[in-house]
Formats: sequence, structure tokens, C-alpha cells
Amino acid sequence: MAFDDAYHALTDHDDDARWAYGTGFTDPLAGVPGDLPDGVDRTELAAYCLMLGDDALILSHRLQQWVTRSPELEDELALANIGLDLLGQARLLLTRAGVAEGWGRDEDDLAMRRDPSGFRNVCLAERADADFAHLVARLFALSTWRLALLDRLTASRDPMLAAIAAKGVKEVTYHRDYAAQWVVRLGDGTPLSHDRMLAAVETLTPQLAELFRSHPTEIGLASVGVAVDPATLEAEFTQVWTHVLQTATLLPPTASLGGGAAPSLACDPAAEVSGVPAGIEQERARPWGRDGEHTPALAEILDEMQGVARSVPGGVW
Amino acid sequence: MTGTAAEVVGAVTDPELPMITLAELGVIREVRQGEGGVLVTITPTYSGCPAMESIRADIRTALRRAGFGRAEVRTVIAPPWTTDWISESGRRKLAEAGIAPPGAAPVRATGPIPISLSPRPTAVACPRCGHTDTETLAAFGATACRELRRCPACREPFEHMREI
Repeated sequence: MAFDDAYHALTDHDDDARWAYGTGFTDPLAGVPGDLPDGVDRTELAAYCLMLGDDALILSHRLQQWVTRSPELEDELALANIGLDLLGQARLLLTRAGVAEGWGRDEDDLAMRRDPSGFRNVCLAERADADFAHLVARLFALSTWRLALLDRLTASRDPMLAAIAAKGVKEVTYHRDYAAQWVVRLGDGTPLSHDRMLAAVETLTPQLAELFRSHPTEIGLASVGVAVDPATLEAEFTQVWTHVLQTATLLPPTASLGGGAAPSLACDPAAEVSGVPAGIEQERARPWGRDGEHTPALAEILDEMQGVARSVPGGVW
Repeated sequence: MTGTAAEVVGAVTDPELPMITLAELGVIREVRQGEGGVLVTITPTYSGCPAMESIRADIRTALRRAGFGRAEVRTVIAPPWTTDWISESGRRKLAEAGIAPPGAAPVRATGPIPISLSPRPTAVACPRCGHTDTETLAAFGATACRELRRCPACREPFEHMREI
């Protein structure tokens, strides 16, 4: 293979698998096993893998939409890279979900041939971003939450989930740092960037409670050592969230860290950052992605994401 | 046949880092040669690494060209790949190609993963002039495994393989 001659490199092949880039793999993710840990319900495990896989898939697509729209070329690369990492995690999780449920569905079936009601991602993953400040605030929140989740999931009794999590932790650590550094740069930047970053955080804060609501599937699987109950992530999330927002001059320095209990973000009026309380009633009125209830934004994403697969059923390229 | 199956597989170069081999990159986990053919086990650098399918195809092609029969390439993700698995010769070749090799992978202490509010790592030597006080331009580069840095001494931008 000659790499100093691009034309030669492209034509020097005698294995058509090289051209099966993107679909039609002959050995899709070889290595995702079908065996399950003892005492684990197949359907529940599939549902859980779908939740974590859908979070990654939908956020990945939202990030990809920012390519060609980012403030700088470096951020196009960063968002594309982060989206790619999440897509890789989604592929593993969706493949595992398909194997666990045992109906013969693969990652493509699950990603491309489900309606919005079949998706189990948190609604925060599907939200459209009004501007770059909204994007980095949302990415910061979701990667902080996902990193805490994956870190705990490395101890899962399901070896496949533990392996996916261990790999994901390394990646999401970089995602969280990237987003947090932008939150600080904008928050502690010019008066204009500060105001726009603050507005993004204010919009986002009431929507964070969904991340810590426990679904029966999560509680059930957590009780047998397979899953993570998201309610247990709130303290760590709040610690990181508060620390970064304070560094970004988006929270008053009086909100103490370490000394007292961290302010609760879920269903607690104390979570208000700027007069927008994340009240219990308000939270319960929201659609809940884990139950398949979504905002209209998900249908828009799926129209775009699934458009080719829907219009060319069975198409391979 | 030329060489053992392990030698043939190990000598295949990485499609995104063509200056180093898969063996030097540390992604080959096992090459088993049996009567039915060759079973190769590899591990991805990143979950979404788009080069994996190309790597599988290159391994199968190399084995066929070397006279081996049926070849199967499997992927495992545990334990996760770390840049610590890149060999010394791999690091030297990366540096010679202008890509600063990774330092030691971060070691996890117990407890929550600390957040980094400044670009990291802090000390990466410029692969051209050796100056160590270089700066990060972008934490994510042309591929998932690289970041973009700049050397204030020779004023050249260069790529650095991130530690994971």
C-alpha cells in the first residue's frame, strides 16, 4: 500500500470490504457477546442499553449538525470528534440491545427504523441549540452526567456494559473538559459573552432534573448490580456543575462547595440560578424521554437522520 | 508463506497513522493460527474509530497475500486500549513524522474524575525543535486520537497524540 500516492492508495485494493464504509459490514462489531449475567431479565437489559445508546446517538446527531456552523474550524473538528466518539458508543450499545432482546434487530434497525416513541433518550439530548453558548452548556451538562454514569457503570456485573463504559470514560473525560473550558471562556469573557452564556445556563437549568429521575428499569437493574440509578449521580454532577459555573462567574461565589450540601438540581426550588425554579410540578409536566415521550425536536432529528434509510429500504452503499 | 501469521498481521500499517504498524500501535491483541485458518483479535483505539473496518480489511488482505487461508478478525474492547501500549519504535516513528508521541496515560485515583479547566497536557516537546513549552491550539485534531499544538520557539504547529 503506497501512502505517498493518493490515487494508488485508493486503487490498490483487492478486498471490497474496504468500500463497505458505513454500512453492510460483514462482521458488525464482532465481539459483542449474546450471553447475559445470571438473574438479569433480557428485556430489561435491552431497554437499558437502548436508553444509554439513544442518549449517545441523538446527541451525536445534534453535534454533527454544528459542523459547518461552528465559530472556528477547531470547534468543527472538536464537535465532529465528540460526535464520532458518541456514535461509536451508540453502535456498541444498540448492538448489545439488539442481541439482548433476541429479536434479530441490529444497530441499523434500531437507529434507522424506529419512530420517536421507540426512542428512550433523555429529552435534553434532543434539544436544538439556539446558539453556541446553548450548545456548550448542554454538552457540558450531558457529558458531566454521562461521565459520572459511565464511571460507575465500569463496575457493572454485565461485562459488556462494564467494557463499553470503561472505554467511554476515557473519551467523555475529554468531552467534558472541552465543554467546560468553553463555558468558562464565554462566562468569564466579554460582557456580551457572559450574558449569552448566563442566558444559556438559565434556560438549561430547569431541564436538568430529568437526568436524575429514576426509571423502573434503571432501579431494577441497579438493584442487581447491572445498571446505575441516575438519582445517585446528582451529588457529583452538582459539585462539578457548581464549580465550573462559579469559575465562569455565572454563579455567586457564596454558593459554597464542600462545606455544606451541594445545591440540589432536581425538583428543588433551591436549584434556581436566576429565578427559574425547577419545581416538582413543572418537572412532572415535561415529557420524559425514558418512557418514550419526547419533544417535537426528536421527530425533526429522525426525519433528517433516517431520511435516506427510509427512502431507500434495504439500501447498501 | 512468508513469516508467521503474527508477523504478517503485526506489519500491517495503520490507515490513519501509516508511519507505524498495528503491532507498534498496540491494537493487536492476539493472532491464533489453527487448521481452520487465522483468528486475529484487535482492539479499537476509540469507540468510534472509523478506521476499524479498514484495518480489518487490511489484515485479511495481508494474510491472503502472504498465503494464509481463511482469516477472521474479531474485535474486543476490554481492557480498553491505552496510549501506553504504543511501542518505543512506534513513538520514535510518530515523532519522526512530526507527531509528538503521547506521554504517560493518566492514572485514575479513586473518587470522581477531576475536571480540567485548562488545556492539557502541559508539557509536550515540539517534534521539530525539541522545545518543551508548547501550547494547545485545539484539543481535538484531524483524527480522534490527535490534538493540535503550536511551538512558540520554531513557530510551527504540530500534532500530538492525546494520552488515553
